Amino acid sequence: MIKSDFYTFKILRYDAKEPAKEPCFASYKIKVIPGLTVLGMLLRIRDEIDGTLSFRSSCRSAICGSCAMVINGKIDLACRTQVAIFNTDTIVLEPLPNFEVIKDLVVDMTPFWEIYEKIQPYLIRKIEDSGKEILQSEKDRKKIDQFVNCILCACCYGACPVLNRDGNYAGPAAMAKLQRFSLDSRDERSADALELFNNEIGVWGCDTIFRCIDACPKDVRPTDGIVGLRKTLLKNKAKRLLGVRNK
Amino acid sequence: MMLTHDILIIGGGLTGLRAAVGLCDKFDVGLISKVYPVRSHSIAAQGGINASLANNPAGRDDTWEKHTFDTVKGSDYLGDQDAIEIMCKEAPNIVYEMEHWGCPFSRFPDGTIAQRPFGGGGFPRTCFSADITGHSLLNTLYERAVYKKVKIYPEWFVTALCVEDGQCHGVIVLDIKSGELFPVRAKVTVFGTGGYGRVYRNSTNALINTGSGIGMAYKAGVPLKDMEFVQFHPTTLIGTNILMTEGCRGEGGYLLNNKGERFMEEYAPTAMELAPRDIVSRCIMTEIEEGRGFEHPLGTYIQLDLRHLGEKKIIERLPGIRSICIDFIGIDPVKKPIPIMPSQHYSMGGIDVNEKSASEVKGFYAGGECACVSVHGANRLGGNSLLDTIVFGKLSAKAITEELSGSDMKPQEKPLINLQKVVENKIKRLSQPGGERSYKLVADLGAVMSEKVGIFRIKGELAEALDEVIKIKKRYKKVTISCTDRHMNYELLNALELEYMLEVAHTIVLGALLREESRGAHFRRDFTARNDKEWLKHTVARMDEKGDPLISYKEVKITSYQPMERKY
Repeated sequence: MIKSDFYTFKILRYDAKEPAKEPCFASYKIKVIPGLTVLGMLLRIRDEIDGTLSFRSSCRSAICGSCAMVINGKIDLACRTQVAIFNTDTIVLEPLPNFEVIKDLVVDMTPFWEIYEKIQPYLIRKIEDSGKEILQSEKDRKKIDQFVNCILCACCYGACPVLNRDGNYAGPAAMAKLQRFSLDSRDERSADALELFNNEIGVWGCDTIFRCIDACPKDVRPTDGIVGLRKTLLKNKAKRLLGVRNK
Repeated sequence: MMLTHDILIIGGGLTGLRAAVGLCDKFDVGLISKVYPVRSHSIAAQGGINASLANNPAGRDDTWEKHTFDTVKGSDYLGDQDAIEIMCKEAPNIVYEMEHWGCPFSRFPDGTIAQRPFGGGGFPRTCFSADITGHSLLNTLYERAVYKKVKIYPEWFVTALCVEDGQCHGVIVLDIKSGELFPVRAKVTVFGTGGYGRVYRNSTNALINTGSGIGMAYKAGVPLKDMEFVQFHPTTLIGTNILMTEGCRGEGGYLLNNKGERFMEEYAPTAMELAPRDIVSRCIMTEIEEGRGFEHPLGTYIQLDLRHLGEKKIIERLPGIRSICIDFIGIDPVKKPIPIMPSQHYSMGGIDVNEKSASEVKGFYAGGECACVSVHGANRLGGNSLLDTIVFGKLSAKAITEELSGSDMKPQEKPLINLQKVVENKIKRLSQPGGERSYKLVADLGAVMSEKVGIFRIKGELAEALDEVIKIKKRYKKVTISCTDRHMNYELLNALELEYMLEVAHTIVLGALLREESRGAHFRRDFTARNDKEWLKHTVARMDEKGDPLISYKEVKITSYQPMERKY
């Protein structure tokens, strides 16, 4: 419930163009009405109080993935977080961890997209299809359901403790995306395509402590993807040892 | 610095990505987007994409001709029938192509792409991926663009379109991250810049949907078409106006008034809740005006009831809707009806282009919601917008390939350099101290548009709205920004976009005031009937030398279907 009329928003401010200035919190006191989201408040702060505040936003409905940040210590999308759910009238906002900050709540997503591109994030077919749809059973479609839901907001990337100590780790979103294609009954990528991640900066780097699952605003379970990929890789290895040919 | 590409695509949504994928093998293509492409508003489309695949057992004899007829009738006969034929014929190819590229469509038990009924369609022909079809399609096309190694410039904001001597030369870009302003030259520029929902206070649209692309083209001298035709979606969540897909009703959801009645029976006894959007929105507003709505601090509402569908179907077919309701209004639709009201959703009008997505300006193309072919006429059918974006993205690529193979186009540097100076001066003017802040004007504009240029329109209110928009345009000349940094300055972007939002609004209001009939989504209380004798024509708005809109009219192309009374 709303604690009082006025809320204090403490926002971590920093500008990479002025590296000499240390990051510091700026406080904004603003009137809150029921039903307002953290994003709604951010927009009002930028409009009515401080035009220099930088943050990303677009859809307001938890589908575009623009506004991931740390809200009172928890990673979430600002647009789907109601101000009233916190048991306090002070809201602390910080940029997504595990990224370089560009300005204020805007982080440099480049490493995230780079690793995304590395997993070959597209359906691979041996020959180009023509004619009608490739048939897929309802059961097979269901297998990829949770991974299809990923909105690439990078909440999981920000929450990952492995990335925090090793920036080379591929991270949960990319691994979940790889499993989305690997599990797709239509996908014909070779067993070798997975080998690139058969190591400590790939599927074996994960601590399996589920921080990514807690952070995901769309109920995706990246750890399921990582564990699934591990199983596939072990199966492929067993097949190789037994001399069975992979697809 | 002057960057050059053969082809420049503005917008990373479905139209822009489809055009890029179709052109990048043969040409040097650059795609500019003010957000990362997967953040584009195509992502938010929920319900589906229409194609006469005839996969549904209840729709085995569906054909592209029947899809064409439904679309023509849905458009209240203002759509150009030759273009609609092209779109509907192309639809199955588009859906199969997206499937081959990996789109995770929902499936029927026989493994084919699942299809459900949608408003105004005679057959269940809407293909879907649960209730996140836009998300699935946009991700698939982005994946295809990654595969094709399309050159993408994310978070570059286009500030102006450069047209001189009837030819397009490129655009002036502001790199949001660095704050640098520079021209980009191209033989061909394609706009897939989306709609203008944010011109209205109540809209389902994303914050990025300012319509600045439409306004930019208009300001550069490209005409706009049918701007008065604004779609109001019947079912949007009260308060936030987040979209509750037509798929809710396609799956069998009811609309109920405060007497517990399925009131659509009174208005559209055959189609019921699946009448087209213009009609359902008017029925809901009538119920509310006549006192049969429910009261809530966020406004008067009507119920969208899904409970009888059962938990299993809701979780399987409408999972996104369920989580939006839980997150944003604390209601689980499995247990309680959803409180909804109509609000602005889509623009039928836009940049005047032909069936090849070409405008009258050499080297300038547009597709998707920012453009008007017109395939939607006075009212778009649900499931036809995703189709429009991909079909005309693809067809623009084909037409551009032909145009560039046939002629040698030479875009000039000089007009670009001149235009850059204009933008530079504009930013300097905005950066002075002391003026009014742009958000106040945006709020005033939104209020005028939602209150006076909404679902029901009347001369007096439209005339007032026109006055008010003109007044806000005058105020804009004195708008300034408080943050004068060039980089990461969203206040500056908002102020730059506002200029174009005001131009867009001006053409909407003027078109609506002049059109003295009711057709599709344009309903006049003072002219309640459609008037084919005088008004079966497209409105064309062009900017005159003084900067005011100059209105003319253009004929509608009719091939097979003569206008008839529109009943559902």
